[in-house]
Amino acid sequence: MIRFDKVTKRFPDGTEALKDVTLDLPARQLTAIIGPSGCGKTTLMKMVNKLENPTAGAIYIDDEPITGMDEVKLRRSIGYVIQRIGLFPHMTIADNVSLVPKLLNWPADKTDERSKELLQLVGLDPAVFMDRYPLELSGGQQQRVGVVRALAGDPNIVLMDEPFSALDPISREQLQDELRHLQQEIHKTIIFVTHDMDEALKIADTIVVMKDGQVEQIGTPQQLIDEPANEFVRNFIGTERINQKRSFGDRRLKEFVFLFDKDWAGEAEEVEAKLSVSDAHQLLEQSGKPRLAIIDEGTLVGFAGERELLRAALYDEKEATA
Amino acid sequence: MNAFFDTLVSRQDMIQDAFIEHIYLSFVAVAIGIAIALPTGVMIARYRRFAEPIIGVTAVFQTIPSLALFGFLVPILGIGSPTALIALIIYALLPILRNTYAGIVGVDGSTIEAGRGMGMTRTQILRQIELPLALPFIMAGIRTATVLTVGIATLATFVGAGGLGDIIYRGLQSYNNSLVLAGALPVALLAIGFDLILKWIEKRATPKGLKT
Ligand SMILES: Nc1ncnc2c1ncn2[C@@H]1O[C@H](COP(=O)(O)OP(=O)(O)OP(=O)(O)O)[C@@H](O)[C@H]1O
Ligand SMILES: [Mg+2]
Repeated sequence: MIRFDKVTKRFPDGTEALKDVTLDLPARQLTAIIGPSGCGKTTLMKMVNKLENPTAGAIYIDDEPITGMDEVKLRRSIGYVIQRIGLFPHMTIADNVSLVPKLLNWPADKTDERSKELLQLVGLDPAVFMDRYPLELSGGQQQRVGVVRALAGDPNIVLMDEPFSALDPISREQLQDELRHLQQEIHKTIIFVTHDMDEALKIADTIVVMKDGQVEQIGTPQQLIDEPANEFVRNFIGTERINQKRSFGDRRLKEFVFLFDKDWAGEAEEVEAKLSVSDAHQLLEQSGKPRLAIIDEGTLVGFAGERELLRAALYDEKEATA
Repeated sequence: MNAFFDTLVSRQDMIQDAFIEHIYLSFVAVAIGIAIALPTGVMIARYRRFAEPIIGVTAVFQTIPSLALFGFLVPILGIGSPTALIALIIYALLPILRNTYAGIVGVDGSTIEAGRGMGMTRTQILRQIELPLALPFIMAGIRTATVLTVGIATLATFVGAGGLGDIIYRGLQSYNNSLVLAGALPVALLAIGFDLILKWIEKRATPKGLKT
């Protein structure tokens, strides 16, 4: 477990990137850090491997303060995917991937085996890619290598700073799925920075919502949707989701009846249960009413508002990638 | 034209000696120049606040006309090849220093941060990331310095250090155009030859992954 205890970070120019942050990041889970640009996500992450040091407060890994730890040793034990990939252009894929194992003085055959195994795992044929250079790979392939490189030294903790941000939506979703699958096999403590709520909801076990150097809320995706701590979190989830209607999915409302409310006293727009979730969401918005009353073959089966539709969409995604 | 070939044949020994002297002077000057400028370039890339003053000082030396620099050095160091070498080294410094510095400073910050984040020490980052990526620049600096030095080494004759300048000077004094040419042509060929060889090395020094 990684613990932030009253951590403040003030840069020499006076910028306060983190303000008195206290936070527990659970072990062996994927935690997404999300928030608008400049809210301190990268800074928070870089403190875990001492690329930045706190101005005040302390950080603990498994109850041990990292202040006293040797930074080079610490970093070799933590995987790191930086915001802009950062593959070494003059090294082959094999050399890039095996860098940390070599720093850790692994025997050559173990290093080689591990590199091949990981490349295979993310769908890159070692025979084809090992001897290529980063610039000879597509963006998506480079990002995969970035992830593989971070995992190569078999770290318990992996830091990923918007690893998929430079990708088109399709490769991006593909990599998100791959990461989820990978995590189900390896169970690392992964800190995943993103500013895409869709991405966070899709891949994270726990989500930390940040704003202006402070944590607004920490919880499971379900908790965030069900009980947003404040207006900011509600808007952040809402607007981000509405921006991406596509992700509400094509499955029909009636498949999610168990998620919807049975009673509702207020105003509601009547819709057919055979509508898709995304169409229903659109209707809800257009109607201006707080809820939809869902009718299945003439019978009222439930009420759904924005939150219930989100849950349906989320449920859909989780199931699809599980 | 015939006169020229006659000169070449009759003065063959002298020209050959001067040629070898010339190569020796240029080569030693560039080698020492590299030995000084390369580590200094690495240093000022790490401690950037020293970069401007140090590059500034070498740039000032560079602006002193070469004949004048030889003139300044003679009263201090006397006549002979050490004086010529020192002057030549001073000229070789700037291109190597500036290119080493620019090459290292130009390495993408995120690449270096990736190295740091993966637990590489400063020395490992320098040797495995910064120097290989800066190598094409460094080689270009060495090439510029070499061509410059080969040219300026013709002036070594004025401090009694020999070289092909001797031949040119003698030719000028005796109004012997063939002799002037017999000194000047090898200098030009040397400069062009070194330039080609070093250009080839420079190309080979470019890390493979950067060529595509
Ligand atoms: N080295 C630095 N010196 C001064 N200010 C900095 C430095 N690094 C970051 N900051 C500032 O700290 C704040 C948080 O930066 P940070 O990089 O953590 O944001 P972020 O949440 O990762 O943003 P993004 O989503 O754009 O990557 C910003 O206001 C930024 O300008
Ligand atoms: Mg960032």
